[in-house]
Amino acid sequence: MAWARNVLRVNLTEGTCKNEPLNMDWAQKYLGQRGLATKYLVEETDPKVDPLSPDNKMIMTTGPLTGTCASTAGRYSVVTKGALTGAIACSNSGGFFGNEMKNAGYDMIIFEGRAPEPVYLLVENENARLIDASEYWGKSVWDTEEGIKAKHQDPLIRVASIGVAGEKGVKFACVVNDMHRAAGRSGVGTVMGSKNLKAVAIRGTLGVSVEDVGAFMQATADGKQTLADNPVTGQGLPAFGTQVLMNVINEVGALPTRNHRDVQFDGAKNISAEAMAEPRADGKPNLVTNAACFGCTIACGRISTVERTHYTVAERPQYQIASGGLEYEAAWALGAATGVDDLDALTFANFICNEQGIDPISFGATVGAAMELYEEGAIGDEQTGGLEVRFGSAEALTQLAEQCGQGEGFGAEVGLGSKLLCEKYGKPELSMSVKGQEFPAYDSRGIQGMGLAYATANRGACHLRAYTVSSEILGVPEKTDPHVTEGKAGLVKAFQDATSAVDSTGLCVFTTFAWSLDDIAPQVNAACEGDWTAERLLEVGERIWNLERQYNTAAGFTGKDDTLPARLLKDAAKTGPAEGLTNGLDKMLPEYYEVRGWTADGVPSNETVERLAL
Amino acid sequence: MQKSLHIDPDKCTGCLQCELACSHVNEGVFNPAKSRIKVFNFHDQGRMVPYTCTQCDEAWCMQACPVDAITLDAETGAKVVSDALCVGCKVCTIACPFGTVNYNASTGKVIKCDLCGGDPECAKACPTAAITYVDANWTGLDRMRQWAAKTDAGAQAEA
Repeated sequence: MAWARNVLRVNLTEGTCKNEPLNMDWAQKYLGQRGLATKYLVEETDPKVDPLSPDNKMIMTTGPLTGTCASTAGRYSVVTKGALTGAIACSNSGGFFGNEMKNAGYDMIIFEGRAPEPVYLLVENENARLIDASEYWGKSVWDTEEGIKAKHQDPLIRVASIGVAGEKGVKFACVVNDMHRAAGRSGVGTVMGSKNLKAVAIRGTLGVSVEDVGAFMQATADGKQTLADNPVTGQGLPAFGTQVLMNVINEVGALPTRNHRDVQFDGAKNISAEAMAEPRADGKPNLVTNAACFGCTIACGRISTVERTHYTVAERPQYQIASGGLEYEAAWALGAATGVDDLDALTFANFICNEQGIDPISFGATVGAAMELYEEGAIGDEQTGGLEVRFGSAEALTQLAEQCGQGEGFGAEVGLGSKLLCEKYGKPELSMSVKGQEFPAYDSRGIQGMGLAYATANRGACHLRAYTVSSEILGVPEKTDPHVTEGKAGLVKAFQDATSAVDSTGLCVFTTFAWSLDDIAPQVNAACEGDWTAERLLEVGERIWNLERQYNTAAGFTGKDDTLPARLLKDAAKTGPAEGLTNGLDKMLPEYYEVRGWTADGVPSNETVERLAL
Repeated sequence: MQKSLHIDPDKCTGCLQCELACSHVNEGVFNPAKSRIKVFNFHDQGRMVPYTCTQCDEAWCMQACPVDAITLDAETGAKVVSDALCVGCKVCTIACPFGTVNYNASTGKVIKCDLCGGDPECAKACPTAAITYVDANWTGLDRMRQWAAKTDAGAQAEA
């Protein structure tokens, strides 16, 4: 119940698809999705493996609640060794693909090896087969998705695929499902491309059941009511989306601007949720509607258009459509990080990111780094092909999006990610990243806890591993001072452990603006075998966090990698409420290792490993 | 008083909670593939539209059924398929102009909305009131009220 208890193992080298039972002992210890797939990866691969070698594996994985009527229960994740980072990668996506996979009767699909020629996997319940994908290779996510549905004459098929970027080895390529939902970060799409796997197409009609239906309907109804009654999940997110944050984060002086040179962006209001709702020259706003992922009663998703006379789409009717619009992280990376405040240019660049399967966070942040390299003279027109890659240039942003999406021109160099790009041109200090992954949209000088969260995040810099912004800025579950380091070690650990558990259920982490583990536990408990309390979920979360850490340690990462770029540690914020502050990581990190039960070098101690039964 | 399902696509977010509720109450599992109500996503326009049986007065599915397996529930107005009588001939699926009667290969019977006996689960599950269950004689009441509210509002404010 809840778990399908079934794994599909696809060997791309051999061209075989085999079913096997899910390891239920591991499911009781790691729950599902992020935790359980990480356990499989740890057991089945060498952490030192080259992410792009056939010996790396890629796991698509659902949680036990995926496909049920619990609010937001449509999530799946892609777990592998990340191409961008060389660390454990787990990228979570919504849309409708996860539900379809579960309805086809699978908790996980494990991809091994490398196909000799491009293929896609077609799954119709128990029937799974690999099919020649040569007609889709070189095509975008959008064309691939539509093409597969048309070819099989089934509009109800759900597709997750890579674009040209993933084929060409862009380091931050993503896996995109349902046109614009993405397992976005760490280069999981690059790994998929390295396996010559273009797409996974699923049609599932078997249904998902739960252990105690009566208790489950009650627990999920209670949960939905809590989301509806909460001002963030009931009003703010449906009305404004995650973009509700743009002006808020700018005002608190934590909006990284122009490659983190500044912490406030004068153009923030032009790319905010409020701007998306303003009528344009054509009388219509950028925002068409909000939209939900599978089962989600919050519906924070944005569906937007580019103004039809805008230079990016005026001559190109295929982009004069409504599609997945700007979420906060993308708007920040494409906008504030590059100094561009042209909302239509950002919306267009975001369309291209979806169409060709590139992570808009790492892409935008790397363009920001390239702009600084250009302005400092480390790169010039020779490298950029004559394109003036200056801060604030919408033209540079949109052209680089198209080039990067195709893996060509200077866009191919942007596709290296900021770390390799800045190293290549002799300015490694200009890469705003941790473990090779670019920061998202919060400056850790203005929100101290996020510095520790970034430095210790197992997949490299990430806001979704410990979103202390919730506490430090929004006051959820309780307000802490964003400018102090005291207490942040414990706060970060608590967020990391809880989030690891939520990411393993099939639910969306955005529910945690309203739900604590006390709200989630009754839903998991009713759905799954075993006794699932909030305490047990937290313990599972801590176990998962330590398992990921052990993987990274075995992959060669040490405590020295738990750091931030010098810019954040030494150059103080110039304006705003955090003016004069740098990030106090050195004060937080030793305490963090201590509360984690790790050695002074950041390795889980024997006692901790034993306590968590790792 | 008879009631009707009333759908306002403007309010739909495309979450599929209606499909989950429908399949749960009718099939005992969460399975949008077996739902009697479907949400259509017109991606390029940013429109989501739920669609299901409107319970025609002169129900062509009912007229077409050769074994009288579809009957009128006089209390709710629903046209209801009897699984005991349905032979899976699919003539009703051809007769319905709206496509809202469909064949379920796993049972060999057809499935269509039966208004859940007068308490439709889809309407209860919809988080945005895009699907409501209202007086069948006044399905336009809300829209009338909206227009009424605008009528002569300026003149009254001046008075």
